[in-house]
Amino acid sequence: MNAFKTSIANFRKYQFLLYELVKKNIKLKYRRSYLGILWTLLEPLLVMIVLSVVFGVFFGRDDKQWPVYILTGRLLFSFFSSGTKSALRSVSGNASMIKKVYVPKYMYVLANIISNFVTFLLSLIVLVVVAAVLDVRPTIYLLEAIVPLIIIFIITSGASLILATLNVFFRDIDYIWQVGSMLISYTCAIFYPVERLYKNGYGFVFDLNPIYMCIANFRNTVLYGKPLNMQYTLVSLGLGIFLMLIGILLFYKKQDKFILYL
Amino acid sequence: MKKEVTVKVSNVGMRFNLTQERVDNLKEYIIKLLTRKLRFNDFWALRDVSFEIHKGERLGVLGLNGSGKSTLLKIVSGVLKPTKGNVVTRGKVAPLLELGAGFTPEYTGRENIYLYGAMLGYSKELLDEKFDEIVDFSELGEFIDVPIKNYSSGMKARLGFSVATIVEPDILILDEVLSVGDKRFKRKSERKVMNMFDKGVTVLFVSHSLDQVLRICDKAIILDGGHIVAKGNVEKVAKIYKNMTE
Repeated sequence: MNAFKTSIANFRKYQFLLYELVKKNIKLKYRRSYLGILWTLLEPLLVMIVLSVVFGVFFGRDDKQWPVYILTGRLLFSFFSSGTKSALRSVSGNASMIKKVYVPKYMYVLANIISNFVTFLLSLIVLVVVAAVLDVRPTIYLLEAIVPLIIIFIITSGASLILATLNVFFRDIDYIWQVGSMLISYTCAIFYPVERLYKNGYGFVFDLNPIYMCIANFRNTVLYGKPLNMQYTLVSLGLGIFLMLIGILLFYKKQDKFILYL
Repeated sequence: MKKEVTVKVSNVGMRFNLTQERVDNLKEYIIKLLTRKLRFNDFWALRDVSFEIHKGERLGVLGLNGSGKSTLLKIVSGVLKPTKGNVVTRGKVAPLLELGAGFTPEYTGRENIYLYGAMLGYSKELLDEKFDEIVDFSELGEFIDVPIKNYSSGMKARLGFSVATIVEPDILILDEVLSVGDKRFKRKSERKVMNMFDKGVTVLFVSHSLDQVLRICDKAIILDGGHIVAKGNVEKVAKIYKNMTE
């Protein structure tokens, strides 16, 4: 109980640092580009157009709201993938600071996830505009959309803590994760409908993938005007908490050794 | 009356694993694990080091290269965690080590003041309040809005010193830091540090230079091969050190 109290006090002491680190990540990401932070809106919009043309027009889909389907999947997945990818490097990448000044090291990981979450929330503006243009009607279930967002934040944080810890000891993790997250992206039904895979007996891919569950729940509430799929909610939340616990344990056990490997 | 202890180092030992080759990728690790070649060469940089510094005392740490001085400083400043023993510090610790090494190159001086200040645990209010003072002391003038990557090393060190000394610490950790910037700034920074001495700050100072230690410290220890070989009054320890090195 006492350890818990001191870690809360420590967090408060370094709250301003967390804020500064988040600000730094966002500022430096767009520094020296002419459109700056506007890219958080433009990038998903352009990708959505490309994917809609390739997987909609070429494959002959005439569903008018197809771009919204793609955009919802792509936005959530890219938060997960860019969050984990930048957090993965956050400890090894801040080596020069970690070696000089003591700060709680999880701050570096957390700052990367939060900064990605902030840009993700900003990019939701695109979703609102596209959904309005394509005549997606909001329903009362839209309020539930916050649930999959919280869950994907937990999943991303847990995975990031694990990856960042491993990456200190084995720099291969960076490359392995690039392939790993590509694999996950293809099993998230970002640009294809899931029905055919279920029919062909490959549905288990989705029933194992917590990121897909969040995307499906998000689509339910935003696009289809349906309530959350309770099974998906519980399973993805359970997996998220599991990853988080493993991540915290691993990070805490190994963090004093980081400096010897940086 | 005995003054309170501000730094207490008890039985500190620090072990490093010196693998013959650095293993930081999975392939090598697995191959070596399977062929049982993953040997760790234990190396104790510090063994059973204990000492106390009372409030207002200034302790010099003498020793040859590789005797464990820097490791000791890193442990006291909290960056390294000792393998054995523990360190208790009372009050705010300001490590003035390799000034400006924690800066972000793409950030301007102004932005770095806030980021670096936050790393040192300062609040936003404090930095807002002391901002002008920091810029003044660093003598950076209009360069404060230029990215740090375009600074000279002297400018970086000046800014680092100015940020790190904005709050008067209880414990000051110095690593030959008094050689910051040009001659004029050097005098200015020395004055600022001396000023803190007068106010009763506790100092841990590492140096090769016997003269500097004699001038600054009132107590000293000598490290050799990770052991403390002498401790006590600075004049007495300095004599031993002189005999050792000559």
